[in-house]
Amino acid sequence: MKIIDTANNIAALAAKMARPKVISAYPITPQTTIVEKLAQYVESGELKSEFIRVESEHSAMASCIGAEATGVRTFTATSSHGLLLMHEMLHWAALARLPIVMVNINRAIGPGWSIWSDCNDSIAQRDTGWLQFYCSSNQEVFDTIIQAYRVAEHKDVQLPVMINYDGFILSHTSMPADIPPQEEIDSFLPPYSPEWKLDVDKPITHGNIIGPEYYMEVRYDMQLSQMKAKNVIKDIDKEWHKTFGRSYGGLVEEYMCDDADTVIVASGAIGAEAHASVDELRKKGKKVGLARLRVFRPFPREELKKIAENSELIVIDRNISVGMEGAMATEIKAAVGNDIKQFIAGLGGRDVTHKDIIRMYELAKENKDGWYSVEVE
Amino acid sequence: MKTTISYPTKAGMGKTGSWRVFRPVLHEDKCIKCWICWVFCPESAIERDEFPKIDYDFCKGCGVCANECPVNAIEMRREEK
Amino acid sequence: MVSIKDLPENEYVLEGNAACPGCPITIALRTMLKALGKDTIITVPASCSAVIQSLYPKTSFAVPTLNIAFEAAAASASGIEAALHAQGKDDITVLAWAGDGGSYDIGLQALSGALERGTNFIYVCYNNQMYSNTGVQRSGATPYGAWTTTTWTGKKEKQKNLAEIVMAHDIPYVATASIAYPTDLYRKAKKAKEIKGPKYMEIIAPCPPGWRFDMSKTVEMARLAVETGAWLMYEFENGKLTFNGPSKGIIDGSREPKPVEDWLRMQGRFKNITDDDLKEIKKELKERWEFYRKKSQLF
Repeated sequence: MKIIDTANNIAALAAKMARPKVISAYPITPQTTIVEKLAQYVESGELKSEFIRVESEHSAMASCIGAEATGVRTFTATSSHGLLLMHEMLHWAALARLPIVMVNINRAIGPGWSIWSDCNDSIAQRDTGWLQFYCSSNQEVFDTIIQAYRVAEHKDVQLPVMINYDGFILSHTSMPADIPPQEEIDSFLPPYSPEWKLDVDKPITHGNIIGPEYYMEVRYDMQLSQMKAKNVIKDIDKEWHKTFGRSYGGLVEEYMCDDADTVIVASGAIGAEAHASVDELRKKGKKVGLARLRVFRPFPREELKKIAENSELIVIDRNISVGMEGAMATEIKAAVGNDIKQFIAGLGGRDVTHKDIIRMYELAKENKDGWYSVEVE
Repeated sequence: MKTTISYPTKAGMGKTGSWRVFRPVLHEDKCIKCWICWVFCPESAIERDEFPKIDYDFCKGCGVCANECPVNAIEMRREEK
Repeated sequence: MVSIKDLPENEYVLEGNAACPGCPITIALRTMLKALGKDTIITVPASCSAVIQSLYPKTSFAVPTLNIAFEAAAASASGIEAALHAQGKDDITVLAWAGDGGSYDIGLQALSGALERGTNFIYVCYNNQMYSNTGVQRSGATPYGAWTTTTWTGKKEKQKNLAEIVMAHDIPYVATASIAYPTDLYRKAKKAKEIKGPKYMEIIAPCPPGWRFDMSKTVEMARLAVETGAWLMYEFENGKLTFNGPSKGIIDGSREPKPVEDWLRMQGRFKNITDDDLKEIKKELKERWEFYRKKSQLF
């Protein structure tokens, strides 16, 4: 069924169709409409699920952990300061190997209060062990939420997944999306079968004190699983394509990269906007491509390295690791080993249009880069 | 998949009887089988047999049982060696 | 009335655990689990109880146990309960087992949230009046005058009354208990198990290394706390406040409490209190008894 709706409403619909048994969430702008919608689904009986109306995001994640550890599929959503408050429990969920799926609406961090798009909230969770997806359209939000459960619950992965998209630019903007029937979603996403759970007939203790002789192996196993997740994500993307006709390239969505001498690397809404910039630059005869980073954890090291073999990279970060540079830029340099051009843009919701991206391309060609609209331009 | 799953077992910390400095010794002739020692043992180291049966493999020698015994049937003796 | 002989022999806290000798927590948990039985899931925040379980890959707890972050016990219990309910397993008891630090202080928000949203669980605060696990620092439950490693000259503030804060949530069952009265504790745990909705219990748990007394005196300390009126045992149920054991007489005036000095002088943590401190402690206790005398007449 074709619908036209906001990314938040579409996220709520995807969450509903994934049939979580427990939803636990706390309201925060611009996430609120997701949980409002889910509460409505549950209260109307459209979705058979327990909805825990928690008193904080910290408790939202703690209760998802409790529920998932008791053997059921869960869902939550948050944004910005909410995600920051969850930080401790994000580590807990990942180390407990609980395949929780969460939507995070990227929003800037205060003070001063800013409700607009910025990825510093999720970039600050980079090292928690969660897989991180960044979406560029409402359709991709739907598709990724369903896929995320398959990825998270895969026996080779068993890690939580965070699906990110830009506040307001996606969250509150209506776009068309194709929604498959529930039966097709059900056959793509079978019921959850946990790897471990709290069971009174087989008592275990989870998470008691662990000595130095064991701890590293637990961490190592998480690392192995993140590495294995790369293939799982790619396979599930292919399966989705076969079933529903849409693919996002797995970890990196490439657009006109094959013959490109220059490739723009971006994610989220900027990644969508850059399509138009590439089209326009191509019309002018520039050999430009776009690599949209769809997955930031696990980091697509090999894919980016391959793209960088024949082209110069221009990386646009909607985040800043203060005291260093954009987080994507750092990691891409580490992955490809080349010099790149790198821009910080769009923090706190500052507009980044296709024209701005073209301007960044031109600046890069003049051998300039840096904070776009602040120190360059 | 590896996470910190632990399984219930006696002797999680080994035979904690080695922590003991004083050893509770039951004088059966005085014992009235009130089971106060059993209910208060912090270690679950007293079993309800015909008389209270102290598991010296695990008893840490705290002496709560002797302190609580209403008829002084438990004596705390310093461990030898 | 159940007697000690009637308590089940099943043990869910296994021998050879990591508790200190004379630990009050294992005494309390043994009795609790005798009442709740095998169909119980426990969630434990950072606390002595996280240590007592022993080291991975072994555990001394024989019912399913989730360890969770310090401030998150009640929130994780909401999740466990919701998942059980979603699976039609409403007959399983969810027990949040937290210390006073995790209840009075860092976990208070999550506790209040879970009580307000009606989570069907038993929350137990075993109260040793300090952060014992991290080396005896003061908590919101530490009484006036007590030495701790963050109040070297004695705590200058009174403890807060968490059970009163809990009662303000209008939940179906609130009870306080003492490890020295195991049949009372057992009866209260049994009752809590049968009531639907949020239940709160608080158990006084004298800590030998923290309070500085000989490890054989753990139960004696818990008994003296009650006999001196320094700790009150009661139940608040269906709007009715009932005092139990010696606390009953202390509140209704029919029983003369033992002098509180009997309890204080056995504890190293009160070694340096002055006469003025003692007066302050006695005044505070009198006020508390008076408050509850009036409250029990109201309800």
